[in-house]
Amino acid sequence: MSTQLPDQVEEESTETDAEPTAAPQERRLASKRDRAGEADRRRQAEEADKALDDDTYHLKVFRYDPEIAGKKEPRFDDFHVPFEKGMTVLDALMYARDTYDSSLTFRHSCRQAVCGSDAMFVNGQQRLCCKTQLSDLEAPVRIEPLPHAEVVKDLVVDMQHFYDQMEAVEPYFQTNDYPDGELEEQRQTPENREKVKMSTRCIWCGACMSSCNVAAGDNEYLGPAAINKAYRFTMDEREGEEMKQQRLKILEQEHGVWRCQTQFSCTEVCPKDIPLTEHIQEIKREAVKNNLKFW
Amino acid sequence: MSQSYDRGLVEDFGRWREFTAGMWAWIFHKFTGWVLVGYLFTHIAVLSTALQSPDAYTTTIQSLESLLVVRILEVGLLAVAVFHILNGLRLLFVDLGVGLESQDKSFYASLVLTGAIVVASVPTFLAGVFG
Repeated sequence: MSTQLPDQVEEESTETDAEPTAAPQERRLASKRDRAGEADRRRQAEEADKALDDDTYHLKVFRYDPEIAGKKEPRFDDFHVPFEKGMTVLDALMYARDTYDSSLTFRHSCRQAVCGSDAMFVNGQQRLCCKTQLSDLEAPVRIEPLPHAEVVKDLVVDMQHFYDQMEAVEPYFQTNDYPDGELEEQRQTPENREKVKMSTRCIWCGACMSSCNVAAGDNEYLGPAAINKAYRFTMDEREGEEMKQQRLKILEQEHGVWRCQTQFSCTEVCPKDIPLTEHIQEIKREAVKNNLKFW
Repeated sequence: MSQSYDRGLVEDFGRWREFTAGMWAWIFHKFTGWVLVGYLFTHIAVLSTALQSPDAYTTTIQSLESLLVVRILEVGLLAVAVFHILNGLRLLFVDLGVGLESQDKSFYASLVLTGAIVVASVPTFLAGVFG
């Protein structure tokens, strides 16, 4: 059942970890803990084996660890996870990690599609693992880290570039168009709120950026998520005309909205169903209207 | 974005089986666009034989049209041009922000229409070449 490919490497690393300068008592305690852990693990594995006969899902999980000699070569590990009704890909990954291989590394936090940390490449598409039902997928389920991003370990990718692009569009409300009275509120019309509603749903998971063919080839391209964020504020009437001009100036640069070639990949993968391409196209039209003068 | 190791083609075109409609439309549009640019040059080359004499142009065209390969290439050219036109209309609507939620359907429609027009044109294009 074990899926740890380089067995001897595992042993080596545990040996080197436990060996140096451990007092006898500590060592005894450690080995006791180990044995307890082992029994625990064996029991879990047996349970898992029993369940295997019933209804299991076959996961093929991408593994890569640049810090351990035997794991530097990217490979796929197989896990057979007992299926429960309503099980998501994230649930299955957590089961695999807790039961079979504690070194399996992936990001997750809220488990309800709000934090945006578990976007992965599942069966050839960028998906949010906590929002993807196993029953919707064809077995074996292939789980890989997001494409076009540097893999740190297993399913964890470096998101820094994505965050840089997000910050480049000043993703926060700013205005110098204040209402008259000192204590007056900055009101937004329901229509305007409705216009930006979908764009506010972004959870910064990075699925769109990873799916975008153009962003893959052009590091300077802002990417769908950043443009969507900019859309959210550009279209917000409360920011005023001057701020809108400033935002459009950022967006209509060479690596801004004009890089988009409407492949619809981002719209296709967005776990929050944001019509990203539609928003990008609308910014393009805004930019054209802003610069074309017929008089 | 940079790479810590090379995933090779797997990262883009190795995934062609998983491409969605919009991606295919983009690839086909690029491809047909380049084919049309290439055709433009051969088109100019053939037409410019008319600069020598009207007869030279006639003999060139006649000898080309008597080849089966050229007839088949012409059918291909029609397919490429028709798809490029139809998908261009689709992209026009995308640019105008009209019907973005049915962009995949309009892509399939342009494919089907291209196929129908090409099939209908085959008798015309291949007429006389076997005779």
